Amino acid sequence: MKRDRRHFLGATAALTATLAAPTVWGQGSGRPKVVVIGGGAGGATAARYIAKDSDGGIDVTLVEPSRDFYTCFFSNLVIGGFREMASIRHSYGKLASEFGVNVVHDWAIGIDRDAKTVTLAGGAVLPYDRLVVSPGIDFVQGSVPGWDVSAQHAMPHAYKAGSQTELLKHQIEAMPEGGLFCMIAPPNPFRCPPGPYERISMVAHVLKERNPTAKILVADPKEKFSKQALFEDGWETHYGGMIERLGPDFGGGNVSVDPAAMTVDIDGEVNEVAVCNVIPKQKAGRIAELAGLADETGFCPVVPATMQSRMDENIHVLGDATNQGDMPKSGFAANSQAKVAAMAIRGALTGSKVFPAKFTNTCWSLISPENGIKVGATYEATEDKIAKVDGFISQLGEDADQRMETFVESVGWYSGITTDMFG
Amino acid sequence: MTRAPRQIVARGAVLAVLSLAPAIPAGASEFGDVEKGAELWKKCRPCHQIGEDARNRIGPNLNFIFGRKAAEVEEFKYSKAMGQAREEGLVWTLETLDAFIEEPKSVVPGTKMRFLGLSDANERADVLAWLRENSDNPRDIPEAAPTAVGTDHNVAPEILAIVGDPEYGEYLSSECLTCHRADGEMEGIPSVTGWPAEDFVIAMHAYKDKARDHPVMQMMAGRLSNEEIAAIAAYFAELGG
Repeated sequence: MKRDRRHFLGATAALTATLAAPTVWGQGSGRPKVVVIGGGAGGATAARYIAKDSDGGIDVTLVEPSRDFYTCFFSNLVIGGFREMASIRHSYGKLASEFGVNVVHDWAIGIDRDAKTVTLAGGAVLPYDRLVVSPGIDFVQGSVPGWDVSAQHAMPHAYKAGSQTELLKHQIEAMPEGGLFCMIAPPNPFRCPPGPYERISMVAHVLKERNPTAKILVADPKEKFSKQALFEDGWETHYGGMIERLGPDFGGGNVSVDPAAMTVDIDGEVNEVAVCNVIPKQKAGRIAELAGLADETGFCPVVPATMQSRMDENIHVLGDATNQGDMPKSGFAANSQAKVAAMAIRGALTGSKVFPAKFTNTCWSLISPENGIKVGATYEATEDKIAKVDGFISQLGEDADQRMETFVESVGWYSGITTDMFG
Repeated sequence: MTRAPRQIVARGAVLAVLSLAPAIPAGASEFGDVEKGAELWKKCRPCHQIGEDARNRIGPNLNFIFGRKAAEVEEFKYSKAMGQAREEGLVWTLETLDAFIEEPKSVVPGTKMRFLGLSDANERADVLAWLRENSDNPRDIPEAAPTAVGTDHNVAPEILAIVGDPEYGEYLSSECLTCHRADGEMEGIPSVTGWPAEDFVIAMHAYKDKARDHPVMQMMAGRLSNEEIAAIAAYFAELGG
């Protein structure tokens, strides 16, 4: 379908100005329209639940550039050799065929909040009654001096799963004997709080097997991190002497890199590195920023009870892109928030019953083979924020059976959440 | 226990040898360890009961399983596939149970049993030993039989009498479905689909009262009201129907 885009945009604006709901696009045009930007744990779940629970009463379009989606969760296990790449790859076929979601593989490049339309890189303009924005994270330019996206081959971030995961895995396996692996850890807040530290565990596992004289250096701008005592205990037990972490007191926050020379400068001391994993400072996905949904934190403030943007009541923001309060930026959290948003959206568009919001999160991490740990909490919606109600964490000194059970449980969770996202 | 498990295992082994000797595959020629089997039974008991007062739940009761024809338990609604297997002469013996527990869907394609299987032959032998001990003579099992575990928590009758709202349950259940698959498939996390509502309510209150120890479930159940638990139970019972 070829149309003059400028004219098309103009027509959209005119129509939405005169009609309660835009009605000219395609079949089922009388139904309320929801557009979902981003097909990860937040967006895919929201699309599926809105389509499923409205029984076709709502026209749902999911905009996601990737045809094959690799989950960030469990991508560290691919690096560690505990999962295959193919096992973390998912597609959107069932959302389309079983749940009636209109899956569009394209980039959303603009949101016109007045006209209530989303513009795609391919030129299409999608009208919406409610918009779900779940774009994940992008990196803050210049946050690690010397690094930008053009350097991500020399120094991968591997913080969006897929080719970067494979690249980093390959680089670790190809490290020269006794070489140095360096991670530049991100400042708060960032995607998957245990993620960098689970990754360190997985790298240590690979090196212990293949390259036991290699070393791991972590430059970290943070004093503390999630499940710190559990990770440090596991590192000491399983990878004693291999891992060194420099916190802010030791210059871990004063870092620059030179990808061409493969060096890392930590507080004036230059280290030659064999592999460098740069995880930059993060912000909400670019599209959220472009649409004016982010605040000075770089993330998008939301109304906890409905996940509506505080900038625009017709837009719901989910997952890593949000600034919501106490929940971590995890796939589990995004999935949980998506269900609250889906219920609120159905309530608003079809009058279905709306129940009080409940949120949950659990993050599992693998330290060494069959040695799993977890941390989790439940949350409620208050006026100001999503607030923690109750929580738990794995204990130091748990026996091997308990750790094995936790790992097995994490495998079950992976199967559960990916089925919940993709059908 | 009023009897030494070892004796019973030995007796079971003799019986098995007498009745099945020519057909026993190498890996299943002996029963395993009853105590290990009791641990492994935890994988079975969400769906099956065994022993005195055992009832049909998600799966049929397993009393007198050895030597029983497939799809034999009255009042249990078997899959068409299991009915077909019965027509074809499937009888539950040491050998056929071993094969079935290894990979249910390869022995009876289309079975409702969602369990993926136990690939470890020793573990299967342990489970079979435990089944043997508990299924042959259920009348002899003392009152605190292992089957009691699933429903051993005291829940006040007025709580059990609450009629759950399945629509509310459907929303609340979305929290469960991040880990427990709606289709009943299970890898490392048990299925909750198709549970009888009363069992579900009792299990959730056992977590809520911290009589069952699993931190995630204690946390999840801990903030659910009695009405909310009833609603979720109603929804999952319906989902399996």
